[in-house]
Formats: sequence, structure tokens, C-alpha cells
Amino acid sequence: MKNVLEVKNVSASYKDGKQRQEVLKDISLEVRENEILGLVGESGCGKSTLSKVILGFVKPDCGEIIHHTKMPQMIFQDPFSSLNPKKKVSWILEEPLRMQKMPREQRREKVLEMAEKVGLSREQIDRYPRELSGGQRQRVSIAASLIQGSRFIIADEPVSALDVTIQRQIMELMVKLQEEMQLSILFISHDLNVIYQMCDRVLVMKNGKIEEQAETEELFEHPKSEYTKELLRAALQ
Amino acid sequence: MKKRQKNYSLILGASIAIFMLLLLLIGTFYTPYDPDAMDAGAKFAAPSLAHIFGCDHFGRDVFSRVLKGTGNTFFVASLTILLGGGIGILTGAFTGYFGGWIDEILMRINDVVVSFPNILLALVFISILGPGKNNVIFALAIVFIPSFARITRSEFLRQREMDYVKSARLMGVPHLRIMFVHIFPNVLPSIFSMAAIGFNNAVLAEAGMSYLGIGVQPPDASLGRMLSEAQTYLMKAPWAAVFPGIAVILLALGFSLLSDGLLKKGGK
Repeated sequence: MKNVLEVKNVSASYKDGKQRQEVLKDISLEVRENEILGLVGESGCGKSTLSKVILGFVKPDCGEIIHHTKMPQMIFQDPFSSLNPKKKVSWILEEPLRMQKMPREQRREKVLEMAEKVGLSREQIDRYPRELSGGQRQRVSIAASLIQGSRFIIADEPVSALDVTIQRQIMELMVKLQEEMQLSILFISHDLNVIYQMCDRVLVMKNGKIEEQAETEELFEHPKSEYTKELLRAALQ
Repeated sequence: MKKRQKNYSLILGASIAIFMLLLLLIGTFYTPYDPDAMDAGAKFAAPSLAHIFGCDHFGRDVFSRVLKGTGNTFFVASLTILLGGGIGILTGAFTGYFGGWIDEILMRINDVVVSFPNILLALVFISILGPGKNNVIFALAIVFIPSFARITRSEFLRQREMDYVKSARLMGVPHLRIMFVHIFPNVLPSIFSMAAIGFNNAVLAEAGMSYLGIGVQPPDASLGRMLSEAQTYLMKAPWAAVFPGIAVILLALGFSLLSDGLLKKGGK
């Protein structure tokens, strides 16, 4: 199986006053074609920094990041700040296509097609983001991330701001789209239940290091590291 | 839909502002008398049907001069805001969005300009450039740049960290487009109310400078100039001071209420 992304020995740090705080320590991973890779860990373990490094928002101190496809797109946790509040949903969805210099009629067609795929109605895409619910907004984010034809998505806690029933719908939508469109997804979450239901493979992160990686079944049934066992115990309670 | 509370500042501010704009529009095309024409027989004439605001010490019709003067004051104030605001917004947008050393340098220059009282600084520029309408506009514009730059910068600084901006960058939207198509509409409400406040200050500053005799030059009418001329015979012909005074107050009040109302509306 081919990889869409390889991260090799990446370390990154933040300046915290005079000291440098090391956030990522020698991280290596690969995301394969057509898989959902889960990245789990407590908050503050460096998950979000890792996604920023992969996307180029944060420069790593050392190491290599190799993209084998187009730049991945991102789905953010907070569906309020990830959509421009002053623009209609249809405008937001058309913007990536405008960047590809697609003519107007074709853009509209493509937007409608994509909206249908993620379960948004014609009427909903002519509204402003604030007039939609959290779940609907997250659907817009998903549509926006896929509309340029990206097949690799990084989703940073995409369901943790939603209520449980809506969470389920969005997760099902992502799995459905992943199968239909053969997507690769790096799915970041602190919630092992969500990871268990969604992912093919899981990386467990602790204090900026990768503690363990395995197929989902394997990890949940025979966890190797103490930390993973602890997380599992906490999740079962 | 949420229940809307009536925004009285917006309604009142907009009405006053529109009323003043109408007056000034009329003033540019029509005044009952030539605002500069002197009539020795009508010296210090009290308000009457012929001269509804009375006449000044040269027998000039105060109503006509208020119409004309409002126009001049408004013209100076708006050009000041357009010029100073335009440069300030551009500076703020670039420094806020890109940050780095350009930001540092420009903001320190800003601090220097801000540390002088507005009018004083404008006076210094006028003393270098010489008095006159255009120089006043220029001097005031320079004085107004920092406040616009500051507000715009802090707004851009805040917006650039928002996820929608990151998302746009990932989609390959160029920086300039992100700044002016994506971020700018979100910053507009603050800039708008800032412009209204600035306009206010500009009206008062113009009036103040003309009052000191370095703004609009005689015989041209400006509200501040009229006030300063009327001061000497305030007891004899108070109408020559009262009506331009009311016009200044209405101009300032109208636009300050308007900005207040817009801010409330934007905050919702």
C-alpha cells in the first residue's frame, strides 16, 4: 500500500519565555492511502502541534515531512471559527474552486453536488454559517475540505464540539465519504470511543512521543504499553 | 429570529447625519444669499424672515454662511478621514496580518505620533506647510493615521489566528485576497465606527484650527472660522455664533451617535 504522507524524525518546540518547550520529540509516522489513522492522546500531548507541523503552519526544528499527494485539507474542531462568518456557505464552498479558476456555472454545479454528498440542502447553502447548527457547520467544513479534490484530510477533533447524537452522524458521514471517495484521513481525537469506531490504525501519543502504534483491533485487545492500558481503562469507566 | 431591541442611537444618529448631509447638499447648489456678499445696511441684523439666522458684522447672511461652512467643514473632515483612514487601514492590515519587523517599526513610529496631542501635532505640520484648507486636510490626515492603523492592526491580528484564515491558506488563497476579501468584511464594523469617531474629531479639529485662523482662509466660510469671528461681538449679535455652533454640535453629535449605533449593531 502506498503512503500519502511520511513524517520522519520530526521534533518541534515553542518558545516559552526564555526557555524552549519541546512539544514533539522525534516523531515518525506514515499515513497510508485509503485509511483512517487515529491519533489519540491527552490534551497537551502535541497532537495539534503535529497537525500544524504537517500543514506547514509550524516549522519543525528537525526532521522531514514528505507529502505524496496534494496538500492535505483540514477540518477543525470549532465549527464556529472555521467558517468565515461574513460569507454565505455557498461562497465559502465556491472559494476553493475559484482558486482553481473554474467558471461560475460549473462552480455552482460542483457545490450543489458536494452539498448533496455531505447532506446539506440547497436552501442551507444559501445561508450564513451562524444560521446553521454545529453539525451542519461541520458538514460545510467537510465539503469545503473535499471540494478541491483533495484525497487526504486532517481532522483535528472534528466531533468533540458536538453533542453525542450529532457526533454519531458526522462520524458516519466521514466513514461513508472515506469509503466512497477513497480518502485518507488523519483523525485526531482524545476520545478512544470515537477512535475505536472510526479508525483502521491508531497511534497513541504521550508527551510529544509516539507511545504505541497498531491496528485498531490489536491495540484495543492487546495493548502493549502501560500508558495505552491506562487510557483504555479510563475510557471503559 | 431573535427579538430586536430598538437601536435608538443608530436611528437618531442616522437622522441627524442625513439631515446635515441634506443641508450641505443644498448649500453646495443653492444659498438664499451669496455667502460672501456684504450688505452694510444689514450689519448685525437680528434673525428675521429675510435673514432667518440673522447677519454678521459685515452684513453677511448667517444662514447662507452656515450652509456653505458646513459644506467646507464636512469636506475637510471627510477628506481627512478618507486619506488618514485609508493609509491607516492599509498600514494596520499589513502589519497585523504579516507581523514581524515591519510591524515593530511601524508600530513604534505610531507610538511616537500618538504621544503628541492631536491638535498640537497638526499645528506643527501647519506651521511647516503654511495655513490653508488643503494643508489642514494633509496635517489632520497624518494625525489620524495611527488610530486607524492601531485598530485595524489589532483586528487583523485577531482574525489571522482564526481557523477560517488557516483553512483559506490551505486552499491556496493568496495573502492579499485573504486580507481584503476574507478578513476585511469581518473587520469592517470596527473600522466603520472608528471612521465615525474620527470624522467627529476631524470636524472639531477643523473648527478648532479655523478658529485659530490657520484653517479655511477668509472670506471662505467654515464653521470654526465663523465662531471665531463671532466671538468679538458675541453680546451684540449672539446669532452669528449660536447657529454655526449648533451646526458643529449637530455634525459631531450625529456622527458620534451613528458610530455608537453601528457598534451596537456590530456587537450583536
